[in-house]
Amino acid sequence: MATTDTADTAAVPDALEPSLARYIWQHTRSQQIWILAIVLLSMPTYFLALDLPKRIVNGPIQGGGFPTPDATQTYLTISVPFTDTVLYDGTELTRMGALALLSGMFLALVCINGLFKLYINTYKGRLGERMLRRLRYELVDRVLRFPIPQFRKLKASEVSTMVKDEVEPLGGFIGDAFVLPVFLGGQAITALTFILVQNLWLGSLAAGIVLVQAFIIPRLRRQLIVLAKQRQLTARQLSGRVGELVDGIAVVRTNDTSNYERSEITGRLGKIFLIRYKFYQKKFFIKFLNNFLAQVTPFLFYSIGGYLAIRGSLDIGQLVAVIAAYKDLPAPVKELIDWDQQRVDVQVKYTQVSEQFAVENMVPFALQKVQAQDPGPLEGNIDVNALTVVDDSGANLIERADYAGDVGEIVAVIGGVNSGAETFVDVLARLMPTTSGAVRIGGHPIASMPEALSGRRIGYVGSEGYIAQASVRDTMLYALKHAPLQPNPDRPADSDRDRALDRSETRMSGNTMLEIDDDWIDYSAAGITGPQEVGGLLSEMMKFVAMDTDIHDLGLRSVVDTERFPELADAILNARHKLRDRLDEHQLSNLVEVFDPDTYNSQATVAENLFFGRPVGRDFAEDQAFANAYARKVIGDTGLDAKLFAMGLEIARNMHELFADVSPDDPLFDQFAFFRPEDMGHYQGALVRHGETPFAQAEQDIRDMFLPLPLSYTEPRHRFGLMTDELRAAIVEARQRFRADYPEDLDGAIAFYDPDAYNTASSIEDNVIFGRIATGIAEAPERVRQLVLDVLAEMGLDDTIREAGLYFDVGTAGKRLSPAQRQKIGLARTLIKRPDLLLVNRGLSGLDPRTQELLMDKLLADARGFGDGTRTFGIVWMLANPVHAPKFDRVLVFDNGVLVEDGTPTELAQAGGAYAKLVS
Amino acid sequence: MASVMNEVDLLRRIPLFSQIDTTKLKLLALASERLTYAPDQVVVRQGDVGDAAFVIVSGSADVVIGDEGEEVVVASVGPNDIVGEIAILCDVPRTATIRATGELDVLKITKDRFVRMLSDFPELSIGVMRVLADRLARTTQELSSAQAELAGRG
Repeated sequence: MATTDTADTAAVPDALEPSLARYIWQHTRSQQIWILAIVLLSMPTYFLALDLPKRIVNGPIQGGGFPTPDATQTYLTISVPFTDTVLYDGTELTRMGALALLSGMFLALVCINGLFKLYINTYKGRLGERMLRRLRYELVDRVLRFPIPQFRKLKASEVSTMVKDEVEPLGGFIGDAFVLPVFLGGQAITALTFILVQNLWLGSLAAGIVLVQAFIIPRLRRQLIVLAKQRQLTARQLSGRVGELVDGIAVVRTNDTSNYERSEITGRLGKIFLIRYKFYQKKFFIKFLNNFLAQVTPFLFYSIGGYLAIRGSLDIGQLVAVIAAYKDLPAPVKELIDWDQQRVDVQVKYTQVSEQFAVENMVPFALQKVQAQDPGPLEGNIDVNALTVVDDSGANLIERADYAGDVGEIVAVIGGVNSGAETFVDVLARLMPTTSGAVRIGGHPIASMPEALSGRRIGYVGSEGYIAQASVRDTMLYALKHAPLQPNPDRPADSDRDRALDRSETRMSGNTMLEIDDDWIDYSAAGITGPQEVGGLLSEMMKFVAMDTDIHDLGLRSVVDTERFPELADAILNARHKLRDRLDEHQLSNLVEVFDPDTYNSQATVAENLFFGRPVGRDFAEDQAFANAYARKVIGDTGLDAKLFAMGLEIARNMHELFADVSPDDPLFDQFAFFRPEDMGHYQGALVRHGETPFAQAEQDIRDMFLPLPLSYTEPRHRFGLMTDELRAAIVEARQRFRADYPEDLDGAIAFYDPDAYNTASSIEDNVIFGRIATGIAEAPERVRQLVLDVLAEMGLDDTIREAGLYFDVGTAGKRLSPAQRQKIGLARTLIKRPDLLLVNRGLSGLDPRTQELLMDKLLADARGFGDGTRTFGIVWMLANPVHAPKFDRVLVFDNGVLVEDGTPTELAQAGGAYAKLVS
Repeated sequence: MASVMNEVDLLRRIPLFSQIDTTKLKLLALASERLTYAPDQVVVRQGDVGDAAFVIVSGSADVVIGDEGEEVVVASVGPNDIVGEIAILCDVPRTATIRATGELDVLKITKDRFVRMLSDFPELSIGVMRVLADRLARTTQELSSAQAELAGRG
């Protein structure tokens, strides 16, 4: 079973290396040396390419060395350097021949240089991305190991900004960290040396100015660093504040503090603006100075070089070569200075980020070591000796508490707010660090207990169990994913190119080698044998936490993936026919107006009648259906466009007549949402402008405004009396044309209604009803729904529907579920791993009292072995309501941080102390 | 506007709404739901939370109080009557059950719409007060006669 060894996750050191250069060198030494070697290797050809133009001009072009038109010169002599041995005597060439050869060589050198550049840049890019990947991974790794109290000080959005944005520029820099200075430095020195070789005077001039640049500019730039630091900090705080605004929007709205928030944000933006403004001022001044110095040199070359050439002490070929070489000098120097600037900048960013992530008391890496084997049961005692907990503000949460009991005991912890009762449970759950004293569970001191043991054998249900966005099913299975247990059968072979690349890159970046697409689910921990039993287990869990009806509901309302439930489509189709029969039987067929390809469905919108299907994606979404060329063509060909346009005008007229004096916040606008109340004037103006113009002459913008209005019109809902038999017939005719000529490239943009086929874009419920519920009949929706439920139940489909409901997407942070549903799922997620010790801290507070008690009774019965009878487990439960305490075997009473009473409920009740007071 | 005009005509026949101009009545008609009930179907149930009042378009209904088995019919309502307004005016649970005695056709006016109309049209408010006062007077009269009857027996 175990495919994993511990080396698959590399240990990340607790503290980040403070110096960025050292951090880079430490992880990329050999690559940096390799790329340096390549850069050095590219230098000679670079130098040759600089030298050639001079030789071309002086030799073949000006005729140097070619005294007569027929004269020849020897080229391509190859000799061993520093000896007289000649390997190849060379070729005799005329001026033309020499020109051709030298130009050809120039072209070849250009190509070689280009290829060198290509290789170097790609290599650097990859190097940088690797390091960025490593850095991000290490940051997230640290977040996973932060001590719990740290999370009280952290703002989620600030952390994500740091991981995502702030380290981003580092990636670009890391590849260049060592290569660029060497490469550009080499270029600059080459160019400079070349100029010096050509002419000592001009060379010294150029060198002097470069030195001035190299000395002054970086000094000026140091001032930018300070600003860069401030800029980064303020931007991060802004992102933290915006995150807070989003999370706390309810508080803002209910206190009318939106303007305070506006002003607060304005203040921050102002600060950021000033910092950035100052930054730019300095930056552009430096740029100016830089450019100026770079331009001074050619001035000197032209004036002094020209003077020397005229005097004849410098030949023109030399001057041309010097100027050509100089062309290559400012660029590398400027880039070098830019590099230095970037270095300073990223060092600032890196320091800022690494300081934030340098946290004391991080969970040691060893405690989170991946472990595929079952850690074995948690047995023995919970021993608490002189436990004291003090929070960061110095308040005593628990003072010298002593407790000893079996892990399997069923214990209630009670006490008011800040009594220490909650803290006690959180300490056992390792969510609260102890200040002094010793806590052992099953012989393990909790501070050094591996998470592989505590995370699997101890279950914790808090009041806010966080639920990430996933399906209900994945949310529940989350607690079983401790280690990859079975390799993904569809995984490509290790020899596959993409996979080999992925693996080697993952290793090079120091990321974990554990693969996310393996099967991580520990089936045996949940007491089942494999994936085929998951559905059954989860349904059972849902029933246990009293959520089976909710899940059934979610299943009915969800669009099911028919590939996942292949038999469902046929069964639902059957249910559709059964419902029809049932409605007829009870003489209730008037409750549903069925989708019939040949008749207009008066309860459905014009758009639904026209397209006769459910749009998938944005192509035919109601508000923009007529932006689609095919839809426009069909309504044009059938002449429906003129009719709909006339209808659109009528709708706008009616709206104006009715709503002219209605306040824009009137809820009636929700029912008549043809356009927004604030657009009323806009439409009125268009109506006046259009007047009585026939459709054919209507202006395009007017058409675009009014043509889409009828799309959402339904006669029974809007009752403007615009639907005539003629119009209905025209729409049905256009519907049939639309369907007949439907182009292939729009395949899948609409799931068409077909009485004999399952509609893949509609929910189960809509598929069964396959029509619209009639308006105007009292309780019609309730009655239809009941019939649907009856039919599905009789057909034995409820289990499948519940299973489909398990694929319901819970939304961001589970927000598509009610708080009670979230708590139930949180509880089910904890129970699924069958812990030996269940810790509950107000874990059911969101449920109604009756359900709370029901669930508590079930849990207690299970813990005592009355469930399936196969296993028992211990419970330590912080009770929000002490009246339930008598159900437990042992009760701990906390008051003001002190464990004041400890005993069975009966003993404590007789003693008449704090417990008796709380329970009575 | 054919269909909604029928409802406007209906509303206008109701004394309460007779003073209101056509456009406003149209709004009221559009914002309300026209519902049909089968015989014996319950329109509102005593004790439920009230979110709407009903204007009877055609048919009739019994106003019933008391638990099932010990029900007492306290009134019978017919076309143009308005029922269910107490619960939405006073935010109290439904004071009685209304059950259709035959095919019943009603216009359902939501609480929000009704309250908006009241604040827009003082005439409507006075009309509603008159209806309520009438009922109160009748109830008081019935109460005193019942007391007299009891006293006579005692």
